[in-house]
Amino acid sequence: MSATATIVAESPRRLAVGEPALVRRLLIGIALGFLALFVFVPVAVVFAYALEKGFEAYVQALVDADALAAVKLTVITALIAVPLNTLFGLAASWAIAKFDFFGKQLLITLIDLPLTVSPVISGLVFILAFGARGLFGPWLQAHDVKIVFALPGIVLATVFVTFPFVARELIPLMQSQGKDEEEAARSLGASGWQIFRRVTLPKIRWGLLYGMILLNARAMGEFGAVSVVSGHIRGLTNTIPLHVEILYNEYQFAAAFAVASLLVLLAFVTIGVKHLVERRYRSRSPDHGPAPGGAKS
Amino acid sequence: MKPNRLVTTTILLSLAMMGSTRLAAAKGTTLLNVSYDPTRELYQEVNAAFAKQWKETSGEDLTFRQSHGGSGKQARAVIDGLEADVVTLALAYDIDEIAEQSQLVPADWQKRLPNNSSPYTSTIVFLVRKGNPKAIKDWDDLVKPGISVITANPKTSGGARWNYLAAWGHALRHSGNDERKAKDFVTRLYKNVPVLDSGARGSTTTFVERGIGDVLIAWENEAFLAVNELGKDKFEIVVPAESILAEPPVSVVDKVVDKRGTRKVAEAYLQFLFTEAAQEIAAKHFYRPRLDSVKARYAEQFTKIDLFTIDDVFGGWQKAQKKHFADGGVFDQIYQPGR
Repeated sequence: MSATATIVAESPRRLAVGEPALVRRLLIGIALGFLALFVFVPVAVVFAYALEKGFEAYVQALVDADALAAVKLTVITALIAVPLNTLFGLAASWAIAKFDFFGKQLLITLIDLPLTVSPVISGLVFILAFGARGLFGPWLQAHDVKIVFALPGIVLATVFVTFPFVARELIPLMQSQGKDEEEAARSLGASGWQIFRRVTLPKIRWGLLYGMILLNARAMGEFGAVSVVSGHIRGLTNTIPLHVEILYNEYQFAAAFAVASLLVLLAFVTIGVKHLVERRYRSRSPDHGPAPGGAKS
Repeated sequence: MKPNRLVTTTILLSLAMMGSTRLAAAKGTTLLNVSYDPTRELYQEVNAAFAKQWKETSGEDLTFRQSHGGSGKQARAVIDGLEADVVTLALAYDIDEIAEQSQLVPADWQKRLPNNSSPYTSTIVFLVRKGNPKAIKDWDDLVKPGISVITANPKTSGGARWNYLAAWGHALRHSGNDERKAKDFVTRLYKNVPVLDSGARGSTTTFVERGIGDVLIAWENEAFLAVNELGKDKFEIVVPAESILAEPPVSVVDKVVDKRGTRKVAEAYLQFLFTEAAQEIAAKHFYRPRLDSVKARYAEQFTKIDLFTIDDVFGGWQKAQKKHFADGGVFDQIYQPGR
């Protein structure tokens, strides 16, 4: 997805020529209309409600001790889930795209599992495994290890729900790229790490980045699975989405939207970072070309 | 990008942050109170008052942690290992469940504190739109055709169970204890319910925010809160001639407090709920106090109402639960979604 977007951005003239003006305007109109309806309006509403009681109340809602704790917990969770699932996604897609082995199809299916089951079920799985009456519950209690209703449970549930994102992004990309260049590098005497660093990583970095962005967004925004394993202890096990729900249910609508606006701001930051990284890469390695698909043809 | 350095840095950073949260939590004693939905404001104030008193009498710093949610869901979490020092739930049945399924509290937990271990009570009243356009005065008005009634699903919501039992009790008392007539009354009542939310707070939002329905059956404290938070000019409370005495009970979770060494302070905390200071706070948050002195002071706030108890009419929560809300029970027989 990001690949085509960058190609368009790099050579707008070539692609634009040939389309009748009416079709072009129609397409742009539809796209903008859609964006306005489904992105701009909701975002504007969030900020309008958030600032309903004035800027001071807005800030007050954000620096509230429980809100700060929710932000901290969400950031910690994402800081663990994102690197972990990036590594997993790289390893899984590398294995699937570059090697043939028994059970490959099964592995691909399993990677999709978190996307196909309801997040509530994903959370319940951990209760059934690590809850007091779960499979490992008695052992955990005897050794005073807390998993569910504490940070580890929240991290586990988030990692589980978000692990397909990077792999899903990279598998088709790496499969379409084939393994010719890696094999060439190998025959020239490159080590495994060198092949990864110098050949594979540059080819997949946009897909990887895109996957990581999706992964991060979901890790910070996950509600269902985390809600089940959280225990909802204020200032301790509430993530930002859970805190928003609580505030909303307590008739503190302005505060709820103020905290929700944090997640929106976070999305803006993510998009901004993406642009920044893209630009840096383009200026550093012009000969490589930013598009992963471009290397092959 | 240097993936290895990035990974090491993030792992170190997150470990450091985890470490700091643990340190912050370890200072002084902490108590976790696992409660139901509408008690947040109440316990915020009670906790502050008790922490101050505890500091004065014992010199010990006390920090409270609160968890709120649907009563049944909260009980479930405690059974599954949420380490609550005390539970303050919507109905005794939920603490019975904790006793039965996990043995975290003894079976006779409810006899350990006065008043069935319920420091404050509430009842079930009606919230209607300003001016009471449909002229709803009492239970019988709710079953009239064309009246849209909002209540939550008694299978999932503790509060909604009180609603259901209040209606049943009313019908039973007015039909000379004829169970068939009570069942018919409740059937007609639930025919008037256009949407069953899963929790009490959800149905309040349906009524006040989304503007659905003519009347909301609600906890008295919830109705007061909705009127005060969302507009005295939009809603008014209608108190029926009779209703059920809702007793939200409290208990120490024995196995947790013994493990954490917090029994003394947890017990003192629950006893504090029965003192004049805490009763005053409860009344301020629209819970009916137990103490006569506080009752007298708030007599104007709480309309006199003929209250029956669950023990009188239904023989206790265990029996009521089994007969009405178990799978295949009376509620399943009378309510078919979608009709």
